[in-house]
Parts: sequence; C-alpha cells; structure tokens
Amino acid sequence: MPRSGARVSLAPVRLKLTLLLVAVVLLASVAAGCGGSSKSSASTSSGCSVDSLNLVKSGQLTIGTDNPAFPPWFGGTPPKGSMWKVSDPNSGQGFESAVAYAVAKQLGFKKDNVHWVVVPFDQSFKPGAKNFDFDVNQISFTPARAKSVDFSDSYYDVNQALVGLKGTPITSAKSTADVKKYKLGAQIGTTSYSYIIKNIKPTRQPSVYNTSNDVNSGLKAHQIDGIVVDLPTAFYITAVQIPQATIVGQFPTVGTPEHFGMVLAKGNSLTSCVDKALGSLKSDGTLAKIQKEWLSSKANAPVLK
Amino acid sequence: MSVDAETGRANRRSRILGDLQGGRNIAVAVASTVVFFAVVVLVVVNSAGWPEVRKAFFDRQLFTDSFPEIARAFLLNVRIFCIAEVVILVAALGIAVLRGLPGPVLFPFRLLAVVYTDLFRGIPTILVIYILGFGAPALQLSGVPNSPFFWGVTALVLVYSAYVAEVYRAGIESVHPSQEAAARSLGLSHAKTLRFVIIPQAVRRVIPPLLNDFIGLQKDSALVALIGPIEAFRQSQIDVAATFNYTPYLATALLFLLLTIPLARLTDWLVARDRRRQSAGGAR
Amino acid sequence: MSTNEAALRLEGVRKSFGSVEVLRGVDLDVGEHEVVCLIGASGSGKSTLLRCVNLLERIDAGRIFLLGEEIAHGVDANKVRRRVGIVFQAFNLFPHMTVLRNVTLAPTKALGKHRAEAEAEAMALLERFGLADKRHEYPDRLSGGQQQRVAIVRALAMRPDLMLLDEVTSALDPELVAEVLNVIQELAEAGMTMVIATHEMSFARDTADRVCFLDAGRILEQGPPEEIFTRPREPRTQQFLERIIAAGRL
Repeated sequence: MPRSGARVSLAPVRLKLTLLLVAVVLLASVAAGCGGSSKSSASTSSGCSVDSLNLVKSGQLTIGTDNPAFPPWFGGTPPKGSMWKVSDPNSGQGFESAVAYAVAKQLGFKKDNVHWVVVPFDQSFKPGAKNFDFDVNQISFTPARAKSVDFSDSYYDVNQALVGLKGTPITSAKSTADVKKYKLGAQIGTTSYSYIIKNIKPTRQPSVYNTSNDVNSGLKAHQIDGIVVDLPTAFYITAVQIPQATIVGQFPTVGTPEHFGMVLAKGNSLTSCVDKALGSLKSDGTLAKIQKEWLSSKANAPVLK
Repeated sequence: MSVDAETGRANRRSRILGDLQGGRNIAVAVASTVVFFAVVVLVVVNSAGWPEVRKAFFDRQLFTDSFPEIARAFLLNVRIFCIAEVVILVAALGIAVLRGLPGPVLFPFRLLAVVYTDLFRGIPTILVIYILGFGAPALQLSGVPNSPFFWGVTALVLVYSAYVAEVYRAGIESVHPSQEAAARSLGLSHAKTLRFVIIPQAVRRVIPPLLNDFIGLQKDSALVALIGPIEAFRQSQIDVAATFNYTPYLATALLFLLLTIPLARLTDWLVARDRRRQSAGGAR
Repeated sequence: MSTNEAALRLEGVRKSFGSVEVLRGVDLDVGEHEVVCLIGASGSGKSTLLRCVNLLERIDAGRIFLLGEEIAHGVDANKVRRRVGIVFQAFNLFPHMTVLRNVTLAPTKALGKHRAEAEAEAMALLERFGLADKRHEYPDRLSGGQQQRVAIVRALAMRPDLMLLDEVTSALDPELVAEVLNVIQELAEAGMTMVIATHEMSFARDTADRVCFLDAGRILEQGPPEEIFTRPREPRTQQFLERIIAAGRL
C-alpha cells in the first residue's frame, strides 16, 4: 500500500525552480528595460496642405474623445442609436467640439469629412499606431507626458476649482490653507489630482476615482468633503449633475498655468500643422469667440487665496 | 513491529535514490528552462514594435522612481486583505454550518445560507463594491462607519464568504460519514461533533482551495480603489496617467507576485504536511 | 428491581429504509454480563440492529429498553449513547487526533471530566490492552488491529453499560484479527455485557453465551453456541452454516 513517505518530496525542488524562473524573468525584463530612446513612427510629409497631411485614413480627419462626452466641452443631444452618451461630438456644440471643427476647417476639411472615434483616456497614450489623428479630451500637457506623445499648443488654460455640498463647512473656505484639513477627491489622470498633491497638500489622503461620475458619487455619499476639478467642469457639476453642490472657489494658478493640448502620436508631422491652425485661430480671434460662447459665463467664481 | 521497520528502511532508501535522480533531473530542467526563456526573449526583443513597447512598459528610471510610493500604497492592500480574510474565514464557516443544520425546524436557516451564497457569488464583485460603497452611505445608517475602506472591506467579505462557505461545505461533506457516526455514538452532540471532529478534518482537507481564494482576495483588494482609497494599483494608475507610461503597472504586478508566490508554496508545504493525516484510519 | 432485569430488551423492533424493510420485528433479551453473538448473511440486518440500539437509526415500530428504561422514544439520544458503546467495522478513529486524545475526547467533552482525570483513566485502559506506547501516535501510524483496539478502548472510556461490536474484525488483515478478538474475550471475561455481530464463527463458539441467527430481519433461531453450531433446528440456519463451513471459516 502506498505510504506518503515513499514519494519523493518535491517541495524543495519546486521551490528552487520557481525562484530560478522568477529570477530569469526579472533579469530578462530589467536587462531589456535599459533606457534608450525609441524609434519614432515618424512620417515625412512637409507642408500642411490637406492632401499632404499624415492621416490615419486619407481624405478624413479622425478625431478621438472619450465617452460619455460631457458639457461644457461637448454639447448637443446624441441622436437615437448613436454610441455617444450625454453629448454628441458631431454636433459642433460644446467648447472642444467647436475648437476641433475650427481646427479641421483651418486644415482644409469640410464638416462631413470629420469623423469622431471613442478613445478612452487610457488608450490615448498606449504605444503602437493610433486610431485617431488627434485626441481632444481635456488632457493637460505635462513634460513627462510629452515624452510619450506629441501635444499640440494650448487651446485652453486650465484653472482648478473646488466644489462642495451646500451647507457643509468646506463652503466657508476662503483660501487654499482653509481647505487643507478636508478630505478631497479627484478623478484619476487629471491634473486636479496633482494640484491637490503639489499645491494644496491636504492633511488627509485624497480619494481618487475612475470616472467623474464616481467622484460625484463620493461627494454625494459624504465620503469626500470637496471635489477638485477644472473650472468649466465645476460649473457643469453644480448646474446639472449635483444641484445641491456649489462652487466654493477657484484655486490660484501656481507656477506656469496648466493648459489643455490635443494629443497626437509621437513625432507626427500633423502636430505642426495643428499648431499652425491653432495659431491662426488665436490671432484672428476665433478661439476667444469660441471660449466666450461656451465657457465665458463660467469665468466668475471667487478666487481662493 | 518488524513490518514497520522494514517499510521505514525502504522509504529511506527510495528517498536517497530519489534525490540522486532528482539532481540529474534538476540540471536538465534548469537548462531547458533557460533555453526556453532565451528563445522567447530573443523573439520578443527582435520584433518590430519592441523599442516602443520597451519604452512604454519597461522604463527603468520610472520603475525606480514610482516603486517606493507604490510599495507604500501596497500596505493598504495588505491591511484590506488581512482584515477581510480573518472575518471571511469565520463568517464563511458560520454560513457553511447554517447550510448543514439538520431537521425541518431549521429549514429557514438553511434557506438563508443558500440564498446568501447564490446572491454573492452571482453578483460581480465590482458591482457589490459600488453598491455598498456609494449606496450604503446614502442610507445614512447611524452607528455605521461611512469610510470607503469600511464598505470596501465589507463588500469583499460578503462576496468571498460566499465562495469560502462553499469550499467549507465541500470539505465538511468530504469527511467520511462514519466519522460523524463514531462521534455521535460516543454521546457527543451534533454541535460538539461538528466542532471537534468534523470541522477540524474538513478545514485541513480544503486548505488548497482556501488559499486559492485568499490569493484571489489579495488581488481583488485593488477593487476597493473604485470607491476612493489609494491602494497600490490606483497609485500606479496615477503614475501611469501622469507620465503616459505603463511601467508603474509592472511595479504593482511585481509586488503582488512577491506576495502570492510564497503563499502558493506555503500551501504546498501545508498540504504535504497534512496529507498523512487525511486518510480516515481505514484498516491496513 | 429484579436482578434478572435484562440489560437490553428489544420488543418487536421494525426498521425500513425507504421501501426496504430491514428489521421485521426483532425480539431480543440480553442479560447483564451476557455476551450475545449475532450471526447471519450480509443484509440480514445485523448492523442495522446494532445501530438502532445505539439510536443512530430511529426505529419505525417496537420498543427498546436499556436496564429497564425505554430509550427509543422521548429521551435525549446523546445521553443514551453515552451509556452504550459501539465499535464499527472501519474508519473509527479521529485521524486528526492522537490516540490519547481520541480516547479522552468524549469523556472530557460529553461527560465533562477534567482533562487530567480523563487522561489517567485512558492511560489505564491503554496499558491494560497493550497500547500505552502508542498514546501520542496518530491513527495512520497504527496497524488495523491496533486501531480497532484503540476504538474499543475509546468506547470503554465512557464506562458504558453495554458494548456493541459491529463486525469489528471483518476489515482487518487475517493476521491482525487475533489481537482484537483477544481484547473482546478479555472484556467478556471481565463481565462486560456485549452484543457482537460477527463472521468469526470459532470466536463466537468460544466466547458467546448465546448465538442469535438473524435471517431476513428476524431472529430465526437462538441458543447456546454448541446448540446452534452443531444442532441447528431451522433449515435456513443449517444452510447458512453449511456455506460458512464450505468457506472454511468454521
């Protein structure tokens, strides 16, 4: 009859093998990870005439943004059967939609030749070929990010704002220092979070959420005292999403102001053409007009000192 | 007596022989592993997109920069699953015992146990965390903490207790019915039989699936981040979003591996140690 | 109370499992210090009968008396089981406990004895049956014969009024049977009241005060062993014994 002692104990052998396996995998990956610059998937067109542009699909300008598309960045109601939720980028309404179409026009595209695709935030910077020509999604420029993707010039300077529930103590805050003691929340991937860490430096660790809806839920559940978010979105939250919330104030700009830029594939020749287009829109006042139309009433919130 | 001594000597002999043969086999195994991985690595490194992928996933500087903070955040994961696991082991045993209560009078308890396990094994863990994390505080129950940590741990406990209860139940049912008969015939009550005879044996039998579920729990601790707390995965996600580089995810993966692999080896050792006690003493 | 009060009395005991009637009206008296052996073919109901006495099975009809007290209805089964010891054919011992703990578990947890007292009594029993040196071993280290002897000791530790032995040697290798039979014989000589279901006919012939032949759920014939084994009255008893002799077991 078999006795357990007769079988060779494999435990020490398997332990050694496992250790070796882990070591080999680690070595391979770390050795392979030695710095080095990447080859860019650059294209070689020069000039910005519409026929010579480097496009994902020739004859068409493919623009990416996330779904749902929220006001005030995107407006208009999605038609029945559309994949877009809340707002419809195709409408040309909303700040970013308007800017995108204005840039498209400068580049020489008719409205019909502009095609929108859904690009979740995480996928806008993954390596490999992009499925969009540029992505417009309230993405802030940072030098670190610019190592992996191309950013266009600024199309909007960002101010952070603070949202709290009416009647709660945080609404009486008058300065950044007043806010330090509260539990704050922000969405992942936004520079709102880094503003909290770098400039507000609260005493309690902030909460971070996957989506803007989750941040709102956190506030409604009283698990956070205040939301830090860009000012235009703050207006949308207090006007539409959480009517029982109010804007406590906007935070002062610290250091160089943050700005939104469009994201393109690293080394894409289209970037300089988009910058040229933006430059034209700034100098002829179109950009300011678009901003006034979609964001201007949102300019007035008290500044926290 | 002499039979035992002979078998004992035979065991020792085969163990020594086994080691010798094992030594040769180890060398072959190591060599073939190295070759295999060398081939895989060579294929990957020479592929067209490799430089871009390498930069995006294996940035050494970013790895070293982000690792300390991710490791600190990992302590939150450890807190979550340590607290949860203790509660789960106890709660799940309670549910398994409820499930096995005999007699028609106690039927409601059995039904409760069945409904509970069906419910919490059926709903995706993410949903349970969302519903409890954001929904429960909205109820504004007095005396109950509002923190996302509390509700996240509670959600994990509810979900995993359902799975572990079924594991316990399988263990309990795998104990030979003669064991219960023997204990009852000595005059031990149903409760004492369960407590001293059945459950100790059941638990020993299900250590591998128990630890399996524990490893699953360790990884699911990351889900608590959905309702706010910054644990290791969320911290790495923050770094990824800030740099548009995925290397921090690698750091998190490594931390989880450093934990789960030793735990898996511990399981193997525990099972080997208890294997000798699993036979229910049948005639030899 | 008369001194001839039966230690165990069964009256018209019936037991069915589903549609199969296993015990069809069993009447049996066992006197104090008497050793009764149950013999019969497999399926004749020997095990079921013992399990009914021990209240592991609830009888469908009839009455059971233990030392004059009715036990089949309206009593706490746990209490009854503490007075009736039973040893099964296999898988008796608790594999996750040492021999000593196996023996002291019920005395401490069911009778509430102090650990030290229970251990002292357990050691006395183990020594008496030559198992003292095994007290810290786990069951899987013991031979089948040793395990059954420990199982008997474990039942004895509860100081039962009556011992039931259900084919306790049937699953053992032949060379281990004798040591267990010796223990049972010793118990008989010491005066323990026992009902033993067994295939070991020579043992029954040597040790039993009375042999009962169970056939189709009833005690067909009973009497002193010499009578049953050499001059059975019923033809079916005869047939059974002939089969046993042919198999070389008598």
